[in-house]
Amino acid sequence: MAPFPRWATKTGLTLGSIAVTMLGLLFVTFMIGRVMPVDPVLAIVGDRASQEIYQQVYQDLGLDRPLLVQFGLYLRDVMQGDFGTSILTARPVAEDIARVFPATLELATLGTLIGVVLGVPLGVIAAVRRGSWIDQVARVVALVGYSMPIFWLGLMGLLVFYGILGWVGGPGRVSIFYDGMVPSVTGMILLDSMIARNWTVLRDAFSHIVLPASLLGYYSLAYISRMTRSFMLEQLSAEYVTTARVKGMSERQVIWGHAFRNIRVQLITVIALSYAGLLEGSVLTEIIFSWPGIGSYITTALLSADMNAVLGGTVVVGLVFVLLNVLSDLLYKVFDPRAK
Amino acid sequence: MNEAHHGLRGWLLSDAPQSRLQARAAALYLGWLAFRANPLAMLGLAILVLLFAVAVFAPWLAPHDPFAQDLANRLQPIGTEGHLLGTDSLGRDILSRLIHGARITLYIVGLVALIAPLAGLLVGTVSGYAGGWIDMILMRITDIFLAFPRLVLALAFVAALGAGIENAILAISLTAWPPYARIARAETLTIRKSDYISAIRLQGAGPLRIITRQIWPLCISSLIVRVTLDMAGIILAAAGLGFLGLGAQPPSPEWGAMISEGRRFILDHWWVATMPGLAIFTVSLAFNLLGDGLRDVLDPKSEK
Repeated sequence: MAPFPRWATKTGLTLGSIAVTMLGLLFVTFMIGRVMPVDPVLAIVGDRASQEIYQQVYQDLGLDRPLLVQFGLYLRDVMQGDFGTSILTARPVAEDIARVFPATLELATLGTLIGVVLGVPLGVIAAVRRGSWIDQVARVVALVGYSMPIFWLGLMGLLVFYGILGWVGGPGRVSIFYDGMVPSVTGMILLDSMIARNWTVLRDAFSHIVLPASLLGYYSLAYISRMTRSFMLEQLSAEYVTTARVKGMSERQVIWGHAFRNIRVQLITVIALSYAGLLEGSVLTEIIFSWPGIGSYITTALLSADMNAVLGGTVVVGLVFVLLNVLSDLLYKVFDPRAK
Repeated sequence: MNEAHHGLRGWLLSDAPQSRLQARAAALYLGWLAFRANPLAMLGLAILVLLFAVAVFAPWLAPHDPFAQDLANRLQPIGTEGHLLGTDSLGRDILSRLIHGARITLYIVGLVALIAPLAGLLVGTVSGYAGGWIDMILMRITDIFLAFPRLVLALAFVAALGAGIENAILAISLTAWPPYARIARAETLTIRKSDYISAIRLQGAGPLRIITRQIWPLCISSLIVRVTLDMAGIILAAAGLGFLGLGAQPPSPEWGAMISEGRRFILDHWWVATMPGLAIFTVSLAFNLLGDGLRDVLDPKSEK
C-alpha cells in the first residue's frame, strides 16, 4: 500500500506543478529584466555619479554575483513582497500595485458580470433554436467580438456615447470635481462610495465605468455565449433529454432543469478563464479610458523604462492569471464528481 | 464513369486515381469543393486575396506618397477632393497610408505565422517522440509560457528587446508558440507507436529522419487550421503593440500606430482613427471567416 492516501499524492502533485509554473514565471521575468537595455545602476545613481559610487551600487545590487545567485536574491525579495522601488513614483512597486490593482479588479469584475448575464442566456437560446435568426445573430456578435481591436472599439465608444450623445462620463474613474471625495477603503470606487453613502459620487463613478465595463463585457460575452452554445448542443443531443421529452416534461423544464444543470460546471471553468482574460484585456482598455489600473501602470512604466515597475506588474498579473486557472480547475473537480 | 466528367474535372473526380499526384490533386479538389460551398469562408478568402493584391501593388494603387506631408491640408475630412478618406494631422493622405500599411500587416502576420508554428512544431514533435524527461522538461516550459497572459508577456519582451517592428514580431512569436507545441505533441503521440514508424526504424532510420520526414508532414494540416484561426489574434496583438508605441515606429503607416496618432483628435476629427480601425477589423474578420471554413473542411471532428 502506498504511504500516502491517493488524494494527498494528487494534491501534492498539483501543488508541485503550480510551484514549478510560478518559479518558471519568475525566472522568465527575471531574465527579461537582465537583458533589458536599461542599466539599473545608472538609473539609481544618475549619470553624474563617480565611478566609486557606481561600483558601490553595482555590488549592493548583487550584479557582480553569478546569475543563479542573483535569481535566488530576486526570489527571496519577491517572497517578501519586495519588487523594488519604482523610479517613476519613487515608492515601492508592491505598494503601487496594491493601489492600482483594485481599479482593474473592479473593471474586470463588472465586465465579467455583464458577459455572464447576457452571454449565458444568449448561448442557451442559440443552442435551443439552432439555425434560427437568433442563432445567426449570436454567431455574428461573437465573430465581430473576436475580430475587433478592443482599443479601437473603446475609442469609437468614447466618440459616440461621450463625444456625440453625452450619455456617459468621459475618461477616468470619476469627474475631476469628485476626485478624492470618498475615502478609499476597498480601492474600488463603486464600493467605496456606497460605504460612504455618497450617492452623487456613486452615480458619477457609475457613468464613468459603464462604458469600459460594457466593452470588456462584450468581449467576455462573445466567448461565453459561444462556449455555452456548444456545451448546450452537446447536452441537448444526449439520450436523457429525449427521454425527458418523451415523458412529457415541459420544454422549459428540459432545458433549464436538465440540460442547463449539467453544463454549470463547465460554465464555471469558462467564466474563470474569461475573467482572467479580461484582467489582461483591460491593459489596452485602461489606456483608452485613462483608467488608473494595473494595465496603465505597466505601460506607463514601460514607456519611461521603469524596470522594477514593469517586472513587478508582469509578475503580479501572471500570478493572478495562474491562480485563476488553478481555481477553475479546482472548482471543476469539486463540483463534477466525474472529474475525480 | 459519368459522361459529364471530362477533361481536368473528370481526372480530378476519378474514382480510381492512376498516380499519387492524381490522388493528391483529387483530395485537394474535393476539399476546395467543400470549402467553396461555404459563402462566408469564401468572403474571407476574397478579402484576403484583395488585401494581398493591395499590398503587392501598393505603390501603383496609392494616390499619394504615404509619407508626403502637406501641412496646409491637414485634417481634411472624408471625401475631400483628391483625398478620399481625408488627411491626418500632418496632411498625409489616409487612404495611401492604409494601402501601404497593408504591406506591414502582411509582413507581421506572415513572419509570426512562420516562426511560431515552426518553433511549436519543433518543440512538440521532439517532446512527443523522445518522451521521458525531455518530454517533461519541454512541456513544463510550454506550460510556463501558457501561464503568462499573452499581451503582458509580449509587452515585457518588447521592453527588453526595444520597440520596433522586428522585435514586436519576435515578442508575438514568443508568446504564440506554446499552443502549437501542444498540438504537435498530441499528434506525435498518436503517430509514434504506429507500425509504419516501427518499420522505418527497423530499416535503420534515425530519430531526426523519422521526425522530419514522417511525423512533421502529418502534423501540418492541424497546425495550418490553428494558424489561420490565430491570425486574427496576431493582427490584433500587433496592432495593440503598434497602438502602444511599441511596434512599428512613426512615420511608418502601421494601422495600430495610425489609430494611436488619430486618438488625439478623436472628438473633432473622428476619421483619422476610425479608418485604420476599420481596416484592422475587416482583415481580422476575414481571417476568422477563413479559419472557420478551413476547420470545417480539414477537421471533420469539429462541431459545426
